Amino acid sequence: MSLGTAERPLRVALIGAGPAGFYVAEHLLRRPDLVVEVDLFDRLPTPYGLVRAGVAPDHQKIKAVTGAFDKVAAHPRFRFFGGVELGKDVGPGDLRRHYHQIVYTTGAQTDRRMGIPGEDLFGSHPATEFVAWYNGHPDYRECLFDLSQERVAVVGVGNVAVDVARILCRTPEELARTDIAEHALQALRRSRVREVYLLGRRGAAQAAFTNPEIKELGELEAADVVVVPEEVELDPLSRAALEMANDRAAMKKVEILRSYARRGVAGKPRRLTLRFLVSPVAVLDDGAGAVGGIRLVRNRLVASATGAIQAQATDQLEELPVGLVFRSVGYRGVPLAGVPFDDKWGVVLNEKGRVLDPDTKRPLVGEYTAGWIKRGPTGVIGTNKPDAAETVAGMLEDLEAGHTLEPPEPDPAAAEALVRQRRPDFVAYADWLRLDALEVARGRARGCPRVKFTRVDEMLDALANRDPA
Amino acid sequence: MNIASILATKGDKVVTIRAEQSIREALGALAQHNIGALVVVDDGMRPIGILSERDIVRAAARDEKVFPLLVGQLMTRDLVFGDPGDDLGAVGHTMVQRRIRHLPVVAAGKLIGMVSIGDVVKAQRDQYQGEVDTLQTIVMEHGH
Repeated sequence: MSLGTAERPLRVALIGAGPAGFYVAEHLLRRPDLVVEVDLFDRLPTPYGLVRAGVAPDHQKIKAVTGAFDKVAAHPRFRFFGGVELGKDVGPGDLRRHYHQIVYTTGAQTDRRMGIPGEDLFGSHPATEFVAWYNGHPDYRECLFDLSQERVAVVGVGNVAVDVARILCRTPEELARTDIAEHALQALRRSRVREVYLLGRRGAAQAAFTNPEIKELGELEAADVVVVPEEVELDPLSRAALEMANDRAAMKKVEILRSYARRGVAGKPRRLTLRFLVSPVAVLDDGAGAVGGIRLVRNRLVASATGAIQAQATDQLEELPVGLVFRSVGYRGVPLAGVPFDDKWGVVLNEKGRVLDPDTKRPLVGEYTAGWIKRGPTGVIGTNKPDAAETVAGMLEDLEAGHTLEPPEPDPAAAEALVRQRRPDFVAYADWLRLDALEVARGRARGCPRVKFTRVDEMLDALANRDPA
Repeated sequence: MNIASILATKGDKVVTIRAEQSIREALGALAQHNIGALVVVDDGMRPIGILSERDIVRAAARDEKVFPLLVGQLMTRDLVFGDPGDDLGAVGHTMVQRRIRHLPVVAAGKLIGMVSIGDVVKAQRDQYQGEVDTLQTIVMEHGH
């Protein structure tokens, strides 16, 4: 009797309930020729990963992708074990008792450091912590940001950096209409931030932000967007590269930025200044161990051997007086206990999603990875779909070849009993949907999409109160 | 997206060969690893050339006694190197334009990987597919 049939379903454990986890589940469950049971674990009681904790609260449309994840979760052979952490509540040995294949989809949970002096001064933070805080991630609930500062530098021009700058520039009224965490809304109401600098290493044409995002910055209610005209002129090198590749989106991006240079300021209470061709070389001490400024070196653009445009430092320095710094120069994966890690790229050591033995560089039986912990932090939410498809293709090939784990108890009831024994308060998908409804109901009172629960015990209490069992 | 994102899922192995090894050995390595090109390195793992299946095919068409020749005799010395930070848009364009099928990637003077034109095309396709899918999902889920 072969594995993957009604008599012997293939049992798969997914670790991490973000987009990558859901897409792997979807690719597996929709195959008509395969009977598979998918258990999706997450250390948090809530699913959706960065769609809940990363996507900005004022970008609710993007969060609509959770509707697609809920459809996957409605499959009769899908289960969610929320609030169950690998390495703490269940170990690799436990998974090997109950599953034929294990897929790590834990994402990139930390930020990359700038590697410059002063980076750890009081008031210098990873942008990811600020994002997790305003999105109500329970681990970041207690973070403190000194929003009494008037001037803030955000290092980076990717989507996360733009989100942070935009949230800092929004009015309390604008924010109150979003699902921003209540504690963050209260803190931002008292914010004295007046000037936000977004700092890009390369030129306007190479900035990672997208055109809709940059247009949105020009439409903020209470902040003028300012650019330095010389910094958004299209240099000959970039122009040649854009024309060669016929990159209309990037040309449009430069055009939008140049229109900001022309239009001047309207005298709104806040200013968002976009800077290009600068790299931080030091965060400066105010004399009391806190951020007093940031020293920048001006860059020029050079073409690499492949024609890619890179930044090269000049000897021109400048200083910006800022009291708060958010670095957003990339995410990075965190190693999982007992899972081979590739330190160079900050990912699980893998070849097209198959986890590799670090010594032999051969695939380990039954272990896979997908999403950012597989390929690094690139692309949009949907990029994880083809990425997950590649991993699933490998999983099915290995299934076909008979290369799977051989669990002594491949039984859904046994797996659930184990989880129940370790975490009696685990959150199933039905529980999450109740929690979701409660959050949405709380939101109606505030006039916003939802008011999030931001503490794990708060979530569990809310579920227990409503549960007649 | 850049070259680093491709190398991240290639498991950090680079198949190399030395200039003084034979074409017979090179063919063995190409077949064993199911790849199309080998990076030729010196004692310090610095890349000095590239030997592709095409180099061997061209030589074999001229003279069938290619097996005992040395890698150094057939390799291409005119190399273009990639940097892990290079954008895939530029990389893809240059590879197509200059008909480069395999691009050795170097960081701090050391060979750290190789990307093929197929890798670049696949990464770009996945990126576009992902963007289209995200937009479609937003439109569909939001319409309800």
